Amino acid sequence: MPVRTYIEAIRETLREEMRRDASVIVLGEDVGKKGGVFLATDGLYDEFGEGRVIDTPLTESLIIGASIGVSVNGLRPVPEIQFADFIFPAFNQIVSEAARMRYRSNGTFSCPMTIRAPFGGGVHGALYHSQSVEAFFTHVPGLKVVVPSTPYDARGLLRSSIRDDDPVLFFEHKKLYRSVRGEVPDSDYSVPLGRANITRPGTQVTIVAYGLMAHYALEAAELVEADGISAEVIDVRTLRPLDTETLLDSVKKTGKAVIVYEDNRFGGYGAEIAALLAEEAFDYLDGPVTRVAGPEVPGVPYSHGLEDWFMVDPDRIAEAVRRLAAY
Amino acid sequence: MATTAADARAAVGDAPAGDLAAKVGLTDQQLLDMYALIALTRAVDERMWILNRAGKVPFVISGQGHEGAQVGLAFELRKGHDWMVPFYRSVASVLTFGMTAREIMLAQFARSIDPSSGGRQMPGHYGAARHNILSTSSPVATQVLHAVGIALAAKIRGIDQVVMTSLGEGASNQGDFHEGLNFAGIHRLPVVTVVENNGYAISVPARLQTAVEDVADRAGGYAMPGVVVDGADVLACYRAGREAIRRARAGEGPTLIEAKVTRLTGHSSDDQQTKYRSAEELASGKDRDPLPRFRSQLRDAGVLDDEHESTIAAEIKAAVDDATDWAEAQPEPDPATAERHVYAGDPPDPSAGQPGAG
Repeated sequence: MPVRTYIEAIRETLREEMRRDASVIVLGEDVGKKGGVFLATDGLYDEFGEGRVIDTPLTESLIIGASIGVSVNGLRPVPEIQFADFIFPAFNQIVSEAARMRYRSNGTFSCPMTIRAPFGGGVHGALYHSQSVEAFFTHVPGLKVVVPSTPYDARGLLRSSIRDDDPVLFFEHKKLYRSVRGEVPDSDYSVPLGRANITRPGTQVTIVAYGLMAHYALEAAELVEADGISAEVIDVRTLRPLDTETLLDSVKKTGKAVIVYEDNRFGGYGAEIAALLAEEAFDYLDGPVTRVAGPEVPGVPYSHGLEDWFMVDPDRIAEAVRRLAAY
Repeated sequence: MATTAADARAAVGDAPAGDLAAKVGLTDQQLLDMYALIALTRAVDERMWILNRAGKVPFVISGQGHEGAQVGLAFELRKGHDWMVPFYRSVASVLTFGMTAREIMLAQFARSIDPSSGGRQMPGHYGAARHNILSTSSPVATQVLHAVGIALAAKIRGIDQVVMTSLGEGASNQGDFHEGLNFAGIHRLPVVTVVENNGYAISVPARLQTAVEDVADRAGGYAMPGVVVDGADVLACYRAGREAIRRARAGEGPTLIEAKVTRLTGHSSDDQQTKYRSAEELASGKDRDPLPRFRSQLRDAGVLDDEHESTIAAEIKAAVDDATDWAEAQPEPDPATAERHVYAGDPPDPSAGQPGAG
């Protein structure tokens, strides 16, 4: 089976979906000849031309707003926001327009589009090239939010997202682009939206994570294994709709949950999972639902030391797991 | 490229009686159709306010004073082929483009079969998929980007669709307006952007909204023609709309049209405009009402006579009565359906936290 990096999986899937379906177009800043600042769209311009791979001005609201129009008039756009940090000028278009189009038109209009945006820290991107923005969007009915962590899932979930009939935010962790390799079948498989993945079975503590943290959670599980702690790791993969069944089944089994996310702790996406477990698995819990998340500063600082201070890492997760296991 | 309102008026205003239709390239019947649309819109609009004051509908936002510009500008669009991306004052635009008085009234009463939203949105948020009228929201100018995107898709798909979008001059200060025109200019997209300038963004007068006298001047920054037209002059608007639509259809690119109109009512049923507009100003606004002006023009030209006028008036009264009574009699939306259409797949309607949504 071919081995691919995360970004190769995304690039190849974009190419295949554009070959398969002439209605799929790509638009964004530098997505054309340059192939995107991370080369996620490299080669698409040469193959599909400027009619389907469109370099836009530096206008994020336009990128999404025009994609809404494109999608209601028969095409299936895959807009790229160059960094998730820059998505906020388009917030109104995503939240007030795309998310509500189906509902507000009583089901007569819809916006099938997949908004790709690289996110996340640990890449020396500082305050404006490191953010985790998922919580702003997981709050919004009408949107779907996807965060793959492996090349296999990147391909399978991107395929599902592009073929989905609703607006999908597809957040790609920048640090995974070239650091993660994995087997990716050439087949036309897809990974359904709304299904979490148990990436490591265990019995004593459930670790819930996504994106880069899904990898760190696995490393943490290895670390605590040496202490005789059996941790189960769940990669959420789709943040909305959330696979509550897999989460609840796991926590009912282990009785303990550590929720890991890179974003600021307060009001972050993991808080929703914590609330879910508190409400629906209360009788099964043997310890406090625990969060390991980013600190309360308004961005990831730049210098090595400061960035390391900010980022959740496997040691911090392992420490929380040990504490909870001993509770 | 900008023409003045005076130029536009001069082009049609001096036409000899009986020759008016030929002068603008229309038939007498088409002129009567335009008149009937304007008069129908006014009657529907006035009925909305009566229903509001009678306590039957909680909210009205409408377009009295804008009707002549809307009918004239949209008259040359191809129904069922082109697209309209309206705003909350576009009552006449959507009626011109295929919606009916009944459909407007369904939205007023928020009935379940309201084609705009099934009673989910406030009245005035028009949309009709079967007419290619895109659903409208309340944030202003967002729709300009949607129109640009629809036009982009038409160009990519090789369909000769033209998109007309409308907004107020207040909305023309939003970033989305500028981002949209910029992109339309770059790609020469078949989109006609109509700014209906009534001089007020709710209460804020034009002098505090824009530094330029004419919003149309902004077209120069986006390499497209900026046309100023007297919105009380229906046929000047028709000519401006026809030329912009022709250009768009021929692949010659976008046009920005600014129609100078007057707002005859408050911003909405929740606004009292006497608080910020003087009695003199409100009185002078009535002089710029397109309806009596077009009526006089057609009568002077011999197109409209007493018989036509009374026939049209009777038809309109019957249509508005019918629309009101019929719409009011339709069922309200069932709260059991309130969770539908969040995502594709209906039913079941997914909420967050349930796998398999959609």
